[in-house]
Amino acid sequence: MIDHIDRSLIVATQGGLPLVPRPYHAIAEQLGLPADEVMRRLKAMLETGVIRRIGVVPNHYAIGWTANGMTVWDVADEQVDELGARIGALDFVTHCYRRPRALPAWPYNLFAMVHGSSREECAAKAGEIRALLGDACRGSDILYSTKILKKSGLRIGG
Amino acid sequence: MRELSTVDRKILAKLQGDFPVCECPYAEAAEQLGISEEELLQRIESLLADKVLTRFGPMFQIEEMGGAFVLAALAAPEERYDEVTALVNELPAVAHNYRREHALNMWFVLATETKTGIAEAIARIERDTGLAVYAFPKEREFFVEMKLEARL
Repeated sequence: MIDHIDRSLIVATQGGLPLVPRPYHAIAEQLGLPADEVMRRLKAMLETGVIRRIGVVPNHYAIGWTANGMTVWDVADEQVDELGARIGALDFVTHCYRRPRALPAWPYNLFAMVHGSSREECAAKAGEIRALLGDACRGSDILYSTKILKKSGLRIGG
Repeated sequence: MRELSTVDRKILAKLQGDFPVCECPYAEAAEQLGISEEELLQRIESLLADKVLTRFGPMFQIEEMGGAFVLAALAAPEERYDEVTALVNELPAVAHNYRREHALNMWFVLATETKTGIAEAIARIERDTGLAVYAFPKEREFFVEMKLEARL
């Protein structure tokens, strides 16, 4: 868990790191904390996983990944965990989750994101997933994204 | 769309994680990239301005802080799509939102500091839009590593 100082660090950095030579010192000054403490706490949050990573977040489209497909699968409940782990291990899958169905509108319980320069490439990757699922797969779809409507990331209140 | 230079590509390849936490992190990262601190700062700024990058900084895992991330979707009538987009995006809890080709044509991720915040955000969207929101909380995470290199 985090305390109120960690939380203030999150609020101060969720929009991005300052683009100045000593960004952590700039944050420290803004929050009235010693810079050493800011750095120590950020490292601790990296350690515990509160911060997944620090770096650049590309817009997929702008770097050539123009086809982004959310592949969704209706997989037998008794096999979904074992198969989900195998699909998550495929090198081209960037996210893989088991999620609840919403019947009758939504029969799918396994979600895996695939990316490519074309829909054909995504479809080929979906084909590999399909082959791996075999008889456990009772239905599937690919939902291509056609527009990023928002991508601000986490925003908690200050 | 911006034509990516060799340096841009290096930044995209090397800086999606592991940005240092130290007194002069840009200088340290720049050295590894073989460029100057000043150039790295300018490049990140211009990649952000050109929307090649959507963000630069820490990525938080809100579940580790007692909060929740939930994927949700709704079916927005075509003639109301822009209006519904504005109503959904207005909520700070909406971290990402994508248009997708399906009857459920709007898919967004809610990120809230408390677990109860999700239900509140969903109720608010349903009230504001008059549309049903389907929530797909993850029951199990098999893999997450969103690092794609430039391939242009």
